[in-house]
Amino acid sequence: MRSKKSRLSNLDILYDGMTIMCGGFGGVGSPPTTIDWIIDSGVTNLTLICNDAGFPWIGPGKLVTEKRISKLIASHIGSNPEAGKQMHNGELEVQFFPQGTLAEKIRAGGMGLGGILVDVGLGTSVEEGKEKVVVNGKEYMIEPALTADLSIIACKQADPYGNLIYDQSARNTNPLVAAAGDITIAETVELVEAGALNPEEIITQGVFVDYVIESKGVDWKWVWELKREG
Amino acid sequence: MGMGAETRRLIAKRAAQEVTYGMMVNLGIGIPTLVADFIPPALDVMLHTENGILGMGGSPAPGKEDGNLSNAGGYPVTINTGASFFDSAEAFGMVRRGHLDLTILGALEVNGRGDIANWIVPGKRVPGMGGAIDLAQKAKKVIVLMSHTTKEGIPKILKECSLPLTVKEGAHMIITERAVMRIKNGELFLIEVMPGFSIEDVIDSTEAKLNIELVGRGTS
Repeated sequence: MRSKKSRLSNLDILYDGMTIMCGGFGGVGSPPTTIDWIIDSGVTNLTLICNDAGFPWIGPGKLVTEKRISKLIASHIGSNPEAGKQMHNGELEVQFFPQGTLAEKIRAGGMGLGGILVDVGLGTSVEEGKEKVVVNGKEYMIEPALTADLSIIACKQADPYGNLIYDQSARNTNPLVAAAGDITIAETVELVEAGALNPEEIITQGVFVDYVIESKGVDWKWVWELKREG
Repeated sequence: MGMGAETRRLIAKRAAQEVTYGMMVNLGIGIPTLVADFIPPALDVMLHTENGILGMGGSPAPGKEDGNLSNAGGYPVTINTGASFFDSAEAFGMVRRGHLDLTILGALEVNGRGDIANWIVPGKRVPGMGGAIDLAQKAKKVIVLMSHTTKEGIPKILKECSLPLTVKEGAHMIITERAVMRIKNGELFLIEVMPGFSIEDVIDSTEAKLNIELVGRGTS
């Protein structure tokens, strides 16, 4: 089996102005070690595509807090006041999509499609500026697919080829994001031997993954942990 | 919106009466989340989350939380028997395909035809729509839980919403601390008055035209 096991320190793939797509939902299922690596690299002026802006100290939210993002494509930024602040003072351009539409635009990108037809948001500001088409008598917006220069995701187990399984609700956008990157880095909690994963249970096929790296683990505290600690 | 815990629970409890056997239900953040506490287990309801759970259970015991098992708001949850995990595209595929029987969500404004505004206050608060538009447009039944007025007493059930819409004519029911209202054929009906308020209290604090069609509590 071809091995994609890698070290982030050996990868020279980041550059200013690139588009990065990040898996996760509210930071759950976002890759902590890879995000820290991007911050440490100093790369900036990034376009970030992610379900949401995380929290200021959690997941992709850190990239926003560190002011590395100039454009954000997301469905929600409410949990990251820093993103709201940067949007209002003009530092950060934010493009919103309904959550299911965003997920499906990413899925379409990963599956090699040009886009999707969707009616969610007709009759609201979502339809402003959207190209429309009538199919089978129903009106839809044409939503182009999304891909990225780099996709970064987190998983529970990976084999050397990059076959992946996820952990409960930390799966969320990760399989979609994994397939939509021109280059995809999968950060895994556990790297297992070839053959250790049940083929019936593999969620992301290794062909979508370019590099497998081992996670140093979540280095942030969740909101509910902070609340519990007072 | 400045409502006390008891009032919030009262609204949630009333909303739970709309849940029937075997439904697939999505609960929004805020008061809607509390509804789960009032749904009898015997109803075999499947709670759905946008981040990829069908069959979500209650909160875990302290110390049993798992950072990778949470609701769409990021708080730890458990799962019930028969639960499944899936990605976010599938989570919304279920919704768009018409499988979601009921969604219960909060709102900033609604109007008498069931328009809902709940995701943006232009220039002030722009959190983004998240899954609200998908859910409000595609669920078979949409119930809005909200305070009847702003803290200053200004009606939030309006002739026309002033904020950008989440959905046009999407709401079927509105439950507040003052009343339970139903929307039928583009018209708003008062069907129940909550304890401590009179019909006049409700009419006076509602800007939208309100038809009176009171029914017995819980029979709506």
